[in-house]
Amino acid sequence: MIADALAGKRIAVTGATGFLGTALVERLLRSVPECELVLLVRPGRRLGASERTAREIIRNDCFDRLRSELAGSFADVVARRVTTVAGDVGSDGLGLDAEGRSVLAGCDVVVHSAATVSFDAPLDGAVEVNLLGPSRVARALLDVTAEHNPVGSPLPHLVGVSTAYVNSGHHGDAFEELVTESRYLALPDWRAEVDAARRARSDADARSREPERLAQLRKAARHELGAAGTALLAERTERLREEWVDAQLVELGRSRAQALGWPDAYAYTKSLGEVALADTRGDLPVSIVRPSIVESSLAEPRPGWIRGFRMAEPVIISYARGLLKQFPGVPEGIVDVIPVDLVVAAIIAVCARGPEKDATAIYQVASGVRNPFRYGTLVDLCESWFTERPLYDAKGQPIVVPTWSFPGRGKVQGELRRAAKGLRAVERAVSMLPVRGELAEKVTGLEEKRQLAERALGYVELYGSYTETEARFRVDRTLALYESLDEHDRAAFCFDPGVVDWERYVNEVHLPSVVEHARVRTAPGRRVSATREERARAAILTDEPRCVVFDLEQTLVNSNVVESYAWLATRHLSPLRRARLAVELVAEGPRLLAVDRRDRTDFLRSFYRRYEGAPADRVRQDAWELFSDLILTRSFPEGLQRVREHRSRGHRTLLITGALDFVVAPLAPLFDEIVCARIGERDGVLTGEMVATPPTGEARAILMERWADSLGISRDATVAYADSTSDLPMLEAAGHPVAVNPETKLAAVARKRGWLVEQWAPARGGPRHRLAVSTRPLGPRTQVSSGALTGIRPSGDLS
Amino acid sequence: MSPRPGFVLEVDRSTPATLFWHGEGFRLERLPVGSRVLYPPEPLAALPDPDAAIRHALENPLGDSEPLSSLLFPGMRLTIAFDDVSLPLPPMRPPDARQRVIEAVLDAAASAGVDDVVLIAALALHRRMTDDELRHALGSRVFDAFAPHGLLLQHDAEDPSGIVHLGVTDQGEDVELSRRAAESDLLVYVNINLVAMDGGHKSVATGLASYKSIRHHHNVRTMQHSRSFMDRHRSELHSSNWRMGRVIRDAGVKVFQIETTLNLDTFPSQFRFLQRREWEWTLRDRAGFQATRAALDRTPPAIARQIFSSIRSPHALSSVQAGEVEAVHDQTLANVHRQQLVEVSGQTDVLTMGLPYIGPYNVNSIMNPILVACLGLGYFFNLYRGRPLVREGGVCIISHPTPWAFHPVHHPSYLDFFEQVLSETTDPLEIEAKYEESFATDPWYVHLYRTSNAYHGVHPFYMWYWCAHALQHLGQVIIVGGDRSAVRRLGFKPATTLADALEMAEDVVGRDPSVTHVHVPPLFLADVT
Repeated sequence: MIADALAGKRIAVTGATGFLGTALVERLLRSVPECELVLLVRPGRRLGASERTAREIIRNDCFDRLRSELAGSFADVVARRVTTVAGDVGSDGLGLDAEGRSVLAGCDVVVHSAATVSFDAPLDGAVEVNLLGPSRVARALLDVTAEHNPVGSPLPHLVGVSTAYVNSGHHGDAFEELVTESRYLALPDWRAEVDAARRARSDADARSREPERLAQLRKAARHELGAAGTALLAERTERLREEWVDAQLVELGRSRAQALGWPDAYAYTKSLGEVALADTRGDLPVSIVRPSIVESSLAEPRPGWIRGFRMAEPVIISYARGLLKQFPGVPEGIVDVIPVDLVVAAIIAVCARGPEKDATAIYQVASGVRNPFRYGTLVDLCESWFTERPLYDAKGQPIVVPTWSFPGRGKVQGELRRAAKGLRAVERAVSMLPVRGELAEKVTGLEEKRQLAERALGYVELYGSYTETEARFRVDRTLALYESLDEHDRAAFCFDPGVVDWERYVNEVHLPSVVEHARVRTAPGRRVSATREERARAAILTDEPRCVVFDLEQTLVNSNVVESYAWLATRHLSPLRRARLAVELVAEGPRLLAVDRRDRTDFLRSFYRRYEGAPADRVRQDAWELFSDLILTRSFPEGLQRVREHRSRGHRTLLITGALDFVVAPLAPLFDEIVCARIGERDGVLTGEMVATPPTGEARAILMERWADSLGISRDATVAYADSTSDLPMLEAAGHPVAVNPETKLAAVARKRGWLVEQWAPARGGPRHRLAVSTRPLGPRTQVSSGALTGIRPSGDLS
Repeated sequence: MSPRPGFVLEVDRSTPATLFWHGEGFRLERLPVGSRVLYPPEPLAALPDPDAAIRHALENPLGDSEPLSSLLFPGMRLTIAFDDVSLPLPPMRPPDARQRVIEAVLDAAASAGVDDVVLIAALALHRRMTDDELRHALGSRVFDAFAPHGLLLQHDAEDPSGIVHLGVTDQGEDVELSRRAAESDLLVYVNINLVAMDGGHKSVATGLASYKSIRHHHNVRTMQHSRSFMDRHRSELHSSNWRMGRVIRDAGVKVFQIETTLNLDTFPSQFRFLQRREWEWTLRDRAGFQATRAALDRTPPAIARQIFSSIRSPHALSSVQAGEVEAVHDQTLANVHRQQLVEVSGQTDVLTMGLPYIGPYNVNSIMNPILVACLGLGYFFNLYRGRPLVREGGVCIISHPTPWAFHPVHHPSYLDFFEQVLSETTDPLEIEAKYEESFATDPWYVHLYRTSNAYHGVHPFYMWYWCAHALQHLGQVIIVGGDRSAVRRLGFKPATTLADALEMAEDVVGRDPSVTHVHVPPLFLADVT
């Protein structure tokens, strides 16, 4: 009896927060009632090891069954039987403290299931965990037992979890033997591989800091964010650099693995991990369990239990959403899938049986030989399942799944690569266009398509080989172990792959579970609950205090400083000269735009020189006509309405703009404060020199925060409305950022961050100016009835 | 030969299709046999020498008033107020009636040695006029003489220092007035009496007043008790203004009222077909109509609006009278009636009308849906004396495109009224009680009214109150060819064709209803017996 054999034993588990580890812990607690558990958990960045155990393991729905079976005593049982020890298999000595070492020394069995299972992990990380992990555990066990146990006490039994794919690089039978015994594997010296991987990280890091590389990364950041200011661009560039280094190491891992005959870095590091363990285990009794592709559970703790989004799931969901039009593979090929509960049962049986004398026993847990599951069958099952129960797109329409024709991997990869490349080119070209608003949102749709194509390509590159594996994983030793069990154990701890009815498993267990976990739409029709957009708007328009900052151009008004200037400058010109000035400005447009993109302040400073010599009083008078004829005419009524709504709720409003004081003066009643540009005046004429420079970039963010502080309002209660990435620092800093008629880059950022996007348009049917020249007939400004000539305007406090 | 009076046509099989105005366009509609079409009278003859007639009127005042020349003296304060851009419709060919009259008044003032003269556009709560609109109304000579010196003002009902409180009427109505006008030795008011509603004490008591004063007669109760507001003696709107006018007089404000009437020569010769009866159309009229319609079909709405806005009416002065307000206005009304009255016997089940591109509040602007409602149910519905043209519980069918469009400068509060108020309720009483105050006192609307060219925040409410009598009286309102969502927002029913609208009307008034079509503009006043 397995339960009897393990009664009173203390079993340590690494990797308990993982898919397999969680299932193992649950099964041991439930089916082996007399054992104790020691969980070696790496403290997280925010949570300590014990908190991680409580939150990430015990609270998982895997334990629901046990929780209900034990009813009120669940917590007590867990507290009594489970001990958590902080440790990390990625560092030598496992990072154990004295207490941890003594607890570990008292263990009878250690199941090492911690691993980096991602197939595209950076090489150095995979090497530290997968390659060095098992031998570190072995080393630590030898050390702590020597330290704490009397001489001659039995050493604990180490059960390492590896993968059947350590042995997949060849056709035909892959036996349950050490990789060193295989005739078909080219095994390099693992110590040299470790050194090389560690060196590769620092090499790649050094290369990432070369000037050309940094220039390239900065360009990429600028392309993504536009003129978002130095700080944000620097931050983004640094993140891109780190990503680049990681990508280098991912690529290095893949190519190194493939060069040596493994499908990917995971199998490669796992293989060498077995070798390293064999080299370093000394007298430690060791068994190795090698599962194939572990998927959702067949029956225990409940059919379909799964943790995390694993290998096949993203592929299946992408297929169901119609995104993966093809996937390589041969229909007759075998996909070697094994339900997680079978693997767990096998591990527990190995623990109970104990080590083999003087040899490392290897148990493969795979289905390919005993109960082969054909790739073609899987695809057929998925197709009919999703045809019967389609997923629904954003508009509530059912998605028709594509029919796969099993092309070669090269063909699929080629097609996807071309598609991604084409989309990237189109996206790049379109994002240069000065589009905003709904058109810009469409462009970001392109970006999404491109990302989907790239992701599909990633799946094909990563997992393609698993549908083409020609190795047949023998399970003779595992089956023999199974045969040796008594009837009760065979029922309680079944790990015979022959029991799986694949059709039932796919249709009734796996796919329902995958769909449930994927958070996809499985019902037709539009959503009835409030959209995210409505919720975001409601969060802004509350009666709570808010500090609301508005940008002006393209946010509230479809106009800019050049047009204001053109209007004011042409007001006193003859029609002919008026036309000429307009043409000149239009011709200058691209140059002005380029300067503006480079540096807003420089642009304003140089552009406002044009006001030099203008009669100040007249310009100020004319600005009131400009207000009606240009600013209000081109305003977005919904925008002005939004400002007013904020005010009516008692929110504080601030306008930050590069426009000149006299241009925005008529807007003063809308805002508590206005921060704008001002040019000097001498002897009644304008000097054209900016005497007050409006803040741009980060300065706007700082201003907003200072302003909120000065009003005693939390920075979380700030709201910022802006239209371009030059305001990104302010939007990032705001508690509630709102992108108004965003240009392409901002639209992409807003979509990624889930920011509220408002599309505001000029009044429907309102008058349209094509050129911003004054078409109002000249005449002295007519005053309201109380007035003398000047000084009757209500004026805001301009700072 | 004297011009032909108005005419009531009974539609028979041989009647040609009837022209319906449809915003910046027209529709030709076949009315059911037996329908009545009401045509305006033909234009009265113009005054042969208008300037002489004006001088004659100034020196031969009506009622208890001395001639203008003897009211003027050196060192006095003279204020001349005049009707704003809402009159006349369409704007008249220069010289405008106001220009002729004001030039004559200024000549008299100059020869009397008066040098403190100020002109005020009597805006009430309307938008400020633009410089070119003022120049058009006053002529360049007057404009250039006054505007540069700050002597051409526009009434500002929201200027706390520019308004004085003159007292309350026996009904407790506050009377507030422009300080400059109230403190002048003489206030000359120059009016254009396009329809019977205009003029009289309403000129000063409304045109130069404040919101606090105007709200006493611009409200739902008053409008529901004005039957119609085109009939001064049955109009609570006018009774209130008359009470206020007397308070102004008793407060010592000396008003010299000059009222002018225009004949019905409304459209220039290229649009002559618009004021002719269809069966009398000549080949030229037909060609003109076809060409106009074909051109309009190919013109974007914004351009069509500009083209129509440029129409200058050949309106001619048909009378001018001056002196004491009430005596002058009685004479003016007689002259308006002489031109505009059309006798109609009996009411109708269904009233049809086509709305033109222009109303008093969208000169050089956009006819937004609220103004569509106001022109149809406020102005055209009320063009009656005696009883409404349509019976109680009857149906009004209006033809207008009713676009969901607003002028961002002129009508900011209209847009918000449409989006925020009408989306909640269309009941005038509820609207008045719940929303008027907040719009009327909204500082942003006040700011735009005072400094830009926006109608006052409360103005859309008045437009809706203007409809209150019709909304109370009618069983249903149907708009043909309008933007469906805008029409529904107004609380009306949209219909694609007149035939469909008539079918829908039968659900309300029963089968085979009587139908009457008012063929306006040119405008007339139905005398319903």
